[in-house]
Amino acid sequence: MSNSGLEKGEAMEEKKSSQISERRRFLIQMAQNVAIAGVGGLLWSAYVDEAKAAPLILRPPGARREDEFISLCIKCGLCVEACPYDTLLLAKPGDNLPTGTPYFIPRDIPCYMCEDIPCVPPCPTGALNEDSVMSIKDGEKVFDITKMRMGVAIVDMKSCIAYWGIQCDACYRACPILDKAIYLEYRKNERTGKHAFLLPVVDPDHCTGCGLCEHACVTEKAAIRVLPREVALGEVGKHYVKGWDKSDEARLKGSAGIETTTTERSKKSAIESLNEGIDFE
Amino acid sequence: MSSLIYKHRFLILRRISQITILLLYIGANLWGWKILQGNLSSSSLFETVPLADPYALLQIFSTGAIVAMDVLVGAVIVTIFYMVFGGRAFCSYVCPVNMVTDLANWIRRRYQFDKAEKKWWASRNIRYWVMGLSFILSFALGTAAFEIVSPVSMTHRGLVFGMGFGWAAIVTIFLFDLFVLKNGWCGHICPLGGFYSLIGRFSLFRVKHNQPNCTLCMKCKDVCPEKEVLFMIGKRSMSVNMGECTLCGRCVEVCDDDALNFSIRDFVKKGEDYEVEQS
Repeated sequence: MSNSGLEKGEAMEEKKSSQISERRRFLIQMAQNVAIAGVGGLLWSAYVDEAKAAPLILRPPGARREDEFISLCIKCGLCVEACPYDTLLLAKPGDNLPTGTPYFIPRDIPCYMCEDIPCVPPCPTGALNEDSVMSIKDGEKVFDITKMRMGVAIVDMKSCIAYWGIQCDACYRACPILDKAIYLEYRKNERTGKHAFLLPVVDPDHCTGCGLCEHACVTEKAAIRVLPREVALGEVGKHYVKGWDKSDEARLKGSAGIETTTTERSKKSAIESLNEGIDFE
Repeated sequence: MSSLIYKHRFLILRRISQITILLLYIGANLWGWKILQGNLSSSSLFETVPLADPYALLQIFSTGAIVAMDVLVGAVIVTIFYMVFGGRAFCSYVCPVNMVTDLANWIRRRYQFDKAEKKWWASRNIRYWVMGLSFILSFALGTAAFEIVSPVSMTHRGLVFGMGFGWAAIVTIFLFDLFVLKNGWCGHICPLGGFYSLIGRFSLFRVKHNQPNCTLCMKCKDVCPEKEVLFMIGKRSMSVNMGECTLCGRCVEVCDDDALNFSIRDFVKKGEDYEVEQS
């Protein structure tokens, strides 16, 4: 009698231990929550990563570098509302641009470069940087439209009719910084022997990327187009110095000298090393 | 008719408030009104007072960006307002998505979805997880992670600046709330609502339950979008103190027995019954 009672008790105990402990329950549920959050986070981040990548978007005047801009812009549209020409648009879902951020399409409506730059001051977060489009004049900070850098115009020489020899200076005339941002290069037209090419050339140092040239271009698809500066422009690297340019050469002053790497072979002088021949082992 | 209006007085007030705010934004963009410019992410009141969404700003902070003064001041103003007075009132008096989810909820009640549908349980704390996740992702991806997917922003931005495919987000939320999960978006997932629940946790304006008047008809719990906050119904007289209460006032309207009313947060007589003179 007592024996069977004992057995029963043991069986009960066994049943209890086959149930999971509180600790296990906690750990499994915790792992579950973390896993769900992880899966959600991965899907979410994959989408965001795709959605924020828009290398060919043109931003309003004063916009910071794209990666800084995209983290600062709060998507309020105050710059869009301030634009008197309806140049600026706010990216809509389906535009395949970062939703809610401002941009413009110069072929439709270019930036007319208002003297008072009304789109920049309303920006509440500083994604549009006022200081970058201001210069100091008579000790006072004033807006300076020539400092805007929304992009840079690039000419497609094959579809530009001026490069065919036809006289067209639509972009040159449209440029608000005429003769600086776009100038005409004259060249003899060897084909006819008696005409000149009047070739539009863009100087990126002066081009603001306003897109008035792209807007004015007469070809079916614009032969001069504004691209983001990071996309269109190269970079020489600081080891090239313009020896003919005093101010560029000044960069050498105070430099630490030529950096050299030292290897086993460079310990000897160059001539000695050459005379020795090369030991390929 | 007048009783119908009386029975929906807060609902009408909320719709007026939501639509007025949207109209002011739309007018600013289309006709150049200078009253309220921008959108709910950040705006400028009378061209002087900045207002900003503090949750969006926190995401921007998470990316490591340093912001200008305007948006900081704007976010502080909004935060203080909801922290001290409004609680989570943003969700029911300002947010345009509220109209969408309220419609879904109304259809649910009207056609008694509760009685027929497959039900599954989902934690109402998902929104806090989503909120935490949004900060981590903002940090990792260098952009405000919820703002770029937020159906709330897509809606108000879309109404003011042009919808694009933004209507798809609204339809998704509507169908989700109607067929998948009751109060699914606003009550479970939306991290913006979660954020306002947190900062409004100790705000002054509250709904107060007067237990002796309660007849346990449970109409209040039927209409409440966050019915966990009404745990005291029929049990104790106290103010509805949980941050998740959106102060929408539906419970106050539907109560036929004067057992629920707007009031100031009950700091002193916590949980203590109090008598109300009956006429």
